[in-house]
Amino acid sequence: MIKFESVVKKYPDGTVAVNGLDLVAPSGKITVFVGPSGCGKTTSLRMINRMIEPTSGTIWLDDQDTGKVDASTLRRGIGYVIQHAGLFPHRTIVDNVATVPLLLGRDKKKARSQAIELMERVGLPASFAKRYPAQLSGGQQQRVGVARALAADPPVMLMDEPFSAVDPVVRAELQDEFLRLQSELGKTIIFVTHDIDEAVKLGDQVAVLKVGGTLAQLASPATLLTDPVDDFVAGFVGRDRGYRALGFESGQLDPDTEQTVKLGDDAAAVGRAARDGWSLAVDDARRPLGWVRAAALAEGKQVTPELLHRGGTLAPVSGSLRGALDAALSSPAGRGVLIDDNGALVGTVTASEVVQRIESQLAGRRNGSDG
Amino acid sequence: MISSVFSWLGDGANWSGPDGITHRLVQHLEYSFGALVFVLIIGIPLGLYIGHTGKGGVAIAGVANALRALPTFGLLLYLVIAYSGNLPTDWIYLGPALFVLVVLGVPAVLSNTYAGVQNVDPAARDAARGMGMTGMQVLWRVEVPNALPLIISGIRSSLLQIVATATIAAYVTLGGLGRFMIDGLSQRDYAQMAGGAVLVGLLAVALDLVMAVIQRYVVSRGITGRYALPAASADVVAAESSVSV
Ligand SMILES: Nc1ncnc2c1ncn2[C@@H]1O[C@H](COP(=O)(O)OP(=O)(O)OP(=O)(O)O)[C@@H](O)[C@H]1O
Ligand SMILES: [Mg+2]
Repeated sequence: MIKFESVVKKYPDGTVAVNGLDLVAPSGKITVFVGPSGCGKTTSLRMINRMIEPTSGTIWLDDQDTGKVDASTLRRGIGYVIQHAGLFPHRTIVDNVATVPLLLGRDKKKARSQAIELMERVGLPASFAKRYPAQLSGGQQQRVGVARALAADPPVMLMDEPFSAVDPVVRAELQDEFLRLQSELGKTIIFVTHDIDEAVKLGDQVAVLKVGGTLAQLASPATLLTDPVDDFVAGFVGRDRGYRALGFESGQLDPDTEQTVKLGDDAAAVGRAARDGWSLAVDDARRPLGWVRAAALAEGKQVTPELLHRGGTLAPVSGSLRGALDAALSSPAGRGVLIDDNGALVGTVTASEVVQRIESQLAGRRNGSDG
Repeated sequence: MISSVFSWLGDGANWSGPDGITHRLVQHLEYSFGALVFVLIIGIPLGLYIGHTGKGGVAIAGVANALRALPTFGLLLYLVIAYSGNLPTDWIYLGPALFVLVVLGVPAVLSNTYAGVQNVDPAARDAARGMGMTGMQVLWRVEVPNALPLIISGIRSSLLQIVATATIAAYVTLGGLGRFMIDGLSQRDYAQMAGGAVLVGLLAVALDLVMAVIQRYVVSRGITGRYALPAASADVVAAESSVSV
């Protein structure tokens, strides 16, 4: 657990970057600091490992007052990941990752072999071990940065915009892997970002900070989207927050059974399976391949990959209503495809079925919780 | 004329004895490395301190530039005249000569050292501190290895200047390769004079080559960009050959 108690940071030039921050980041959870540029996110984060000394107030790490321990000792027990990775250019990747274990005086050979295991854990091939940072892409360097922070297995990780310097595709990948890693490791994490979408995706709880260094709201992502505490937070979380909040709304849908076809089936089979002129092609494991328009298949012709329409997204049946709605809206057939954990077809839903489900859930909540 | 220089250099008699080329060369190296040792003792720690702490950079840059502007020869004569009474006999000339060489050599080493440390990627330095390195650990494990190319190039240019300028020792009755230039001039022995100059030039080039080799071995490949050949890793080789097929 990390606890901020009336923490203030006033820089020598008079700038008040953090103004009386009170906040608890629970153990094993991801707490995201989000807010506009200059609101004091980095300052708050760096006060935890005393890269910046608070002007007043106390930051507790479990029952340890961080101001009362040696700064270097404190930092060796806290993972630290920064925006531009900050890898050491003169060291190989494996030695970069092994930095903290070596600082702690651990056996060199053991530290290196553990470093290679960690590299694989964050999605880097072991063959990168002998490379240097300049030989890696930005996204790969960022993975090394994460591995390096994890190397001494610290219970706490501080991450300052670790994924913001890479392109959106790589960023999404890194975020997904980060969540997977965290589900295995259960670290206490403070994650700084200025991107509300990233905050909502990664955070167990999200702290929205305001310029001037005050806490505007501390809440779960779903609460933040559905119940922003003031105009500032509402404005910051954005316009389509109603739709995005659906990302946290799961609900029991009742998918319709879908007649399917396979590659190689003929026009007659497609015609029999089609509803509203479209039928769904699946592979042998019943994984959806795409939609076939019955009218596009001349008599006697077979279903080929070129005929498939792949525009529709697939939604896990156990996932959010947002995913299901998106699947329905993006499907050329107007029917959203739901899949199970193995990627096999469960059934289809229409947009109006999803919306009905949403409405009844929200109505139930309105009547149930009266406020 | 050039051939007379070569015949002077090629004459074995000119190489031996206390006035011979070999002895003068050794003396020249003694002056140069004697001065370089002091240059390093002064320039490197000061440069590291300024680069690491960021303190005093402006003041030191001013002093270094002022030192560069000092006329070396004038300073030497002044020191000999002003301090000859206060120095032990052996040092009357040697002391001032070494001093001016040190003054000449310090600015390059000092300014390159602190520029090298200061130019280290701030993110790498921040990460090093954030992972719990002490100030000294950040300096020796991160800043110095990354500053090495600049530090060594400072030493190289300092050494070149010192070797070239160590000829002035001969003006104040000392030895070294400068002897040939001064004696050649006074004796109107063109071959000896030019031969001395050629020797200084060759010595400077040879020492710079040695430094280049040292630099190659002490600077990390990660910084120089001369990465190990892909042959080091079997799967990279496989990947490359499949691309070329
Ligand atoms: N060393 C410093 N001296 C003076 N003021 C500073 C210093 N560092 C930061 N500030 C100021 O403190 C405020 C908070 O800065 P901080 O870096 O914590 O913001 P941030 O929320 O991380 O912003 P960003 O999203 O742009 O990274 C800003 O107004 C900034 O200008
Ligand atoms: Mg910041």
